[in-house]
Amino acid sequence: MSPKESSIAPVEQPFIDGCHQGVLRLQRCTRCHRHQFYPRLVCGYCWARDLEWVSASGKGRIASFTVVRLAVSPAHEAPYVVALVDLEEGPRMMSRVTDCDPESVQIGAQVKVAFAETSDGAPLPVFEPDND
Amino acid sequence: MMGSLRGKVAIVGAADTAVGKVPEMSATELCVDAILRAVADAGLKKGDIDGLVTCNSMSQPMLYHAEAIAEYLQIFPRYCIAAGAGGGTTFSILHHAASAIATGMAETIVIAMADSLRSGLTREQAMLMQSSTGHPRFEQPYGPTVPAYYALIAQAHMAEYGTREEHFAEVAVACRAHAARNPAAQMRDPITVDDVLNSRMIADPLHLLDCSLVSDGGAAIVLTSAERARDFPHDPVYLLGVGEGHIHEHISQAHSLTTSAAREAGARAYDMAGLGPSDMDFAQLYDCFTPTVLVELEDLGFCRKGEGGDFLTSEGIGPTGALPVNTHGGMLSHSHPGNPGSMFALTESVHQLRHDAGKRQVSDAKVGLLHAQGGIMSSHTTLILGREAG
Ligand SMILES: [Zn+2]
Repeated sequence: MSPKESSIAPVEQPFIDGCHQGVLRLQRCTRCHRHQFYPRLVCGYCWARDLEWVSASGKGRIASFTVVRLAVSPAHEAPYVVALVDLEEGPRMMSRVTDCDPESVQIGAQVKVAFAETSDGAPLPVFEPDND
Repeated sequence: MMGSLRGKVAIVGAADTAVGKVPEMSATELCVDAILRAVADAGLKKGDIDGLVTCNSMSQPMLYHAEAIAEYLQIFPRYCIAAGAGGGTTFSILHHAASAIATGMAETIVIAMADSLRSGLTREQAMLMQSSTGHPRFEQPYGPTVPAYYALIAQAHMAEYGTREEHFAEVAVACRAHAARNPAAQMRDPITVDDVLNSRMIADPLHLLDCSLVSDGGAAIVLTSAERARDFPHDPVYLLGVGEGHIHEHISQAHSLTTSAAREAGARAYDMAGLGPSDMDFAQLYDCFTPTVLVELEDLGFCRKGEGGDFLTSEGIGPTGALPVNTHGGMLSHSHPGNPGSMFALTESVHQLRHDAGKRQVSDAKVGLLHAQGGIMSSHTTLILGREAG
């Protein structure tokens, strides 16, 4: 459930380092102050190149999800929940919703980040129900 | 200064190969077969083609696909290009080919696509095809399948507008009803909404019958200038409008899950044609999965945003519906050999506008809209075709 570490681009390295440390990191533009995901050389909003890395709160909301009943690869065991999560800071990312009954997942639900171990790479950010 | 492409080019030849399970022919041979048939349909000969546009195949990929096909056929075009793959490519290359004719790059262009997804893929190629969609680092590790990407769109639409699984199922039922009238279609036995809902769940809320087919097959058309178009055996079919919209590649980067760049593509095509949704006698809407048709009905203005479900149940898109959609059966029931999938919507539209579509002929069809998208609602092109140039 993880890409090879060897293929990490320099611009992605701080994100991967964060995953090893259990921290979800985002880029923030020093000119327009917006956060973006995935990591890029340039701010997608204003094209400034001066981006800084910040720690995200790890909290978000489920924008959409699906329960995959038929996996295509033996690396994944169905059923599992693939979701799009809107982070508190603004960016949206694809992830998994774990540690819950797939039938209980709902759009709009609050979730918080967790890190799933992988066999061949950095821990992968996934999300769990946030009942706080 | 170049004006609009409206009425400048016409389709004068169109043909499909056999579709469905065609193990006796490779993707290359299907492509060649489609070209030979379309050129014959146009009443042309080997030396008459000076432009060739193809799309690479998954089962027999080639570095220089269009050159390879031209070489195979021993034709020597002055305009020759293989377009990047993806379901939207089919119509965007018609946009490019029309521009090439209008600017004098070529006079008679064949657009041909074929693939052999049912019979021609190795296990490794099939796995690669499934896993090649999505961002390699930020999407693929989570195990999204191709149906799952579209399921994310469907779920969002359901949550935002109260759309139900039954609404998506109506799309599959209507496409099958059209296919029942098409002897060439891969799946022709009528189905009901219950059949769709009772078929195996693949990725909630998409059932097996919400998913398009896996097929072998190909199709080709011959495009030329409107001035020459009257000199061919069949009634020409004119390009009246074309427009594209491109907002994202990855679904996690889409500006909206429920409104697509079909809105921009459609607006540009309507603007060029000077026509609107109510002028369309039929539509061919990209149906890799049923929710795309519902979203496209809304984004292309056939109903208001959020009312696609109502439109499907109260107006209808089947053979007797207010707007017949995918009159050949679509990729849900006619065939879906991958990237060439919407070529059959194009050749079908040519038959509808020539008035030779047999049992599935839309009465007195004058104008039709075609829409295709590639990626995950990523690359959108709308075409408006008509019987008259102006
Ligand atoms: Zn910025």
